[in-house]
Amino acid sequence: MKLTRRATLLMAMGTAAAAVLPFRASAAAEDAIATFTGGATVGAGGLTLTAPEIAENGNTVPISVDAPGAVSIAIFAVGNPTPDVAIFNFGALSGSQSASTRIRLAGTQDVVAVAKMADGSFVKASQEVKVTIGGCGG
Amino acid sequence: MAENVTPRVRVPRSAAAGETITIKTLISHPMESGQRKDSDGNPIPRSIINRFTCEFNGETVIDVQLEPAISTNPYFEFESLVPEAGTFVFTWYDDDGSVYTESKDIAIA
Repeated sequence: MKLTRRATLLMAMGTAAAAVLPFRASAAAEDAIATFTGGATVGAGGLTLTAPEIAENGNTVPISVDAPGAVSIAIFAVGNPTPDVAIFNFGALSGSQSASTRIRLAGTQDVVAVAKMADGSFVKASQEVKVTIGGCGG
Repeated sequence: MAENVTPRVRVPRSAAAGETITIKTLISHPMESGQRKDSDGNPIPRSIINRFTCEFNGETVIDVQLEPAISTNPYFEFESLVPEAGTFVFTWYDDDGSVYTESKDIAIA
């Protein structure tokens, strides 16, 4: 194969696009997480995220979060068109800082939970969920 | 617009003072995400419940902000302290401005 100037340019553009695309998808999620944390550093531990390893139907994926001592817990689906899922704010009468719900996942992706603790620090937990049928319709 | 929106809540009838109880809530709602298209290819506008709160005698138990990624018929399970006899008030806020409420009394056993 002879490499013309045009072919070289096209290949370079293709490589650049391939490198940028996956970055875009996670950048939206990172932005959403940064909006919640206000750019603070996020630690680990003290937060439990329970999600199925394999979800047959992405329309209803049961998840639960548990973070003793948290003020609020935010859930993000990194691979969804909009990564925000829900923010749980716990009031004075909450019996434990835990909650369960059902969420939609567009496809196989990481589910991320970020908890804001009473002292203002943030912790993160994530788990990959394999989705057989995506839940965003078409 | 959402039709036939029915909230369903499960709260124990009675509890010991200071006990932690589990509450389950479900509300029938399509939670239209705004991502889907109808048969003609036009996008279906977003119509979801965007906020859910639970209060006990005026004190907040939980306050949830919902996004389109919450499934149809939003379901929540959480725990609450019961310091005294009183009433749980559950409120769901719809995108179209509707507010759905449900209340449950609890007695001290």
